[in-house]
Amino acid sequence: MDETTHSVGLAQPQRAHFDTPVTLAGGATLPAYDLVYETYGELNAARTNAVLVCHALSGNHHLAGRYADNPQSVGWWDNLIGPGKPLDTRKFFVVGMNNLGGCYGSTGPMTTNPASGQPWGADFPVVTVEDCVATQARLADVLGIDDWAAVMGGSLGGMQALQWTLDYPERIRHALVIAAAPKLTAQNIAFNEVARQAILTDPDFHGGHYYAHGVVPVRGLRLARMLGHITYLSDDQMAEKFGRKLRREALQYNYEVDFEIESYLRYQGDKFAGYFDANTYLIATKALDYFDPAGAFGGDLRAALARARAKFLVVSFSTDWRFAPERSREIVFGLVHNSLGVSYAEIESSAGHDSFLLDDAHYHAVLRAYFEGVAV
Amino acid sequence: MTNVLGRFDFDVIAKWIRPGEKMLDLGCGDGSLLRYLQDQKGVLGYGVDNDPDNVLACIRNGVNVVQFDLEAGLSGFEDGFFDHVVMSLSLQTVRRTEQMLAEMLRVGREAVVSFPNFGHRSHREAIAAGRMPVSKILPYQWYDSPNVRFFTIADFEALCGELGIAIRERLAFDGERVVTEDPNLNASIAAYRLGRGG
Repeated sequence: MDETTHSVGLAQPQRAHFDTPVTLAGGATLPAYDLVYETYGELNAARTNAVLVCHALSGNHHLAGRYADNPQSVGWWDNLIGPGKPLDTRKFFVVGMNNLGGCYGSTGPMTTNPASGQPWGADFPVVTVEDCVATQARLADVLGIDDWAAVMGGSLGGMQALQWTLDYPERIRHALVIAAAPKLTAQNIAFNEVARQAILTDPDFHGGHYYAHGVVPVRGLRLARMLGHITYLSDDQMAEKFGRKLRREALQYNYEVDFEIESYLRYQGDKFAGYFDANTYLIATKALDYFDPAGAFGGDLRAALARARAKFLVVSFSTDWRFAPERSREIVFGLVHNSLGVSYAEIESSAGHDSFLLDDAHYHAVLRAYFEGVAV
Repeated sequence: MTNVLGRFDFDVIAKWIRPGEKMLDLGCGDGSLLRYLQDQKGVLGYGVDNDPDNVLACIRNGVNVVQFDLEAGLSGFEDGFFDHVVMSLSLQTVRRTEQMLAEMLRVGREAVVSFPNFGHRSHREAIAAGRMPVSKILPYQWYDSPNVRFFTIADFEALCGELGIAIRERLAFDGERVVTEDPNLNASIAAYRLGRGG
């Protein structure tokens, strides 16, 4: 096979409208909703080559390629998806979808609430991993995809891939669960709670109805993102990248930026607060916190996974302390003890949780090898 | 004896595995044995290896592989889940031999191990001549060897006795020739089928 890799080229977001009500895990019902998605490659005649890629907390449906009007708008997993790339669009029909509750065009807090005529804001119901999967299944129906060749995702996206195997075992043949966990630890929930408190206590939050006030809780969002960033990187990587490097030549003896790491975090926080919606951030952190398929089985993950029929690739990264290798191994052993096909790779990487987005040669070789073994 | 995989101890191991079994291959390398047993016997197999290139090779080979360090033990696996737990020519690379054997027989009904016999005549001769043995089955120099435990057939059987491990079957070889007479002296490889107790 030609090993030259290419971009998928220009991406075109599409919108599907659903008039069938959906009842979410928290009990709320949305009478109608929209889902925005992108596709790459061609669905084959037998409709057996579709791969769903689920996004994480701050991701979206724009996986690969770029938009015609913006050469900078490269998809967030462009290094993985395209002709000749590990997820090869010459073989697979790849689908990315903005989750319900998102802020990239799917129905979410920024959408008008038909009951009030105002944006939903914080009244938009919490959307769980199960809810994401249920609505992804409806998009699959619209696209004529009876079963996915594979569903893959990293972090919160990996949780969705795992949930697919439990909720629709007959509709998924392979699951790629990357840098994920079968549930968050108390420490992990704690980080999410600090992020939420930063947003909720920002005076510009206005109980989640900041749109009407023409403001955005920038301070809360940037604090949430700064905290998140610290936890997505590793101690080693931060030491290597920033160390105690100063922004200027000498200490300032004030509360402006002294160290490079401060500058980096402020930049990342500002950038994120400029484009991401605070209410969506709140929802996504709750989706993470609530995910616990073993919860309904008295904490017995093996019992929870008994419904699955798919084959699995589970991947973790050595320095990922937010979604540690140990958590991935729990999934792996739960699958083994259900006699399910599973391979597990623990990738040596210095980049912490964010490693799953990087194009490490060995990591991508593992993904490529796995996808080559997925029959279509 | 045919040499299906270029590793003739695989033939012996394959003989002891029944169709459709659940098996675990510790130190599975590129997954050749699992692939063979999957294709020929329809086993449900899982390999364990901690070498990234081996993990990749297993995935390419279409076999299940779980990456972790065997020295960390098998605590993730449930008691008696596997019919056979195999360790082919790797026991000498594991530091905690006793625990490993106990763990293999905890998670498996039977264990199958093969190892190079350090007591083989050529190895004794090398030592007698004042040098550590280097041979076809022990191809490493003392300073670059992955082997950390050096034992003979007699040593191994004594340990099984002490640990209450039942030796259900033993086959000893020199090259590909079956050795029946004084295997501790004449065999370069031994393969065992082991069970718990009695």
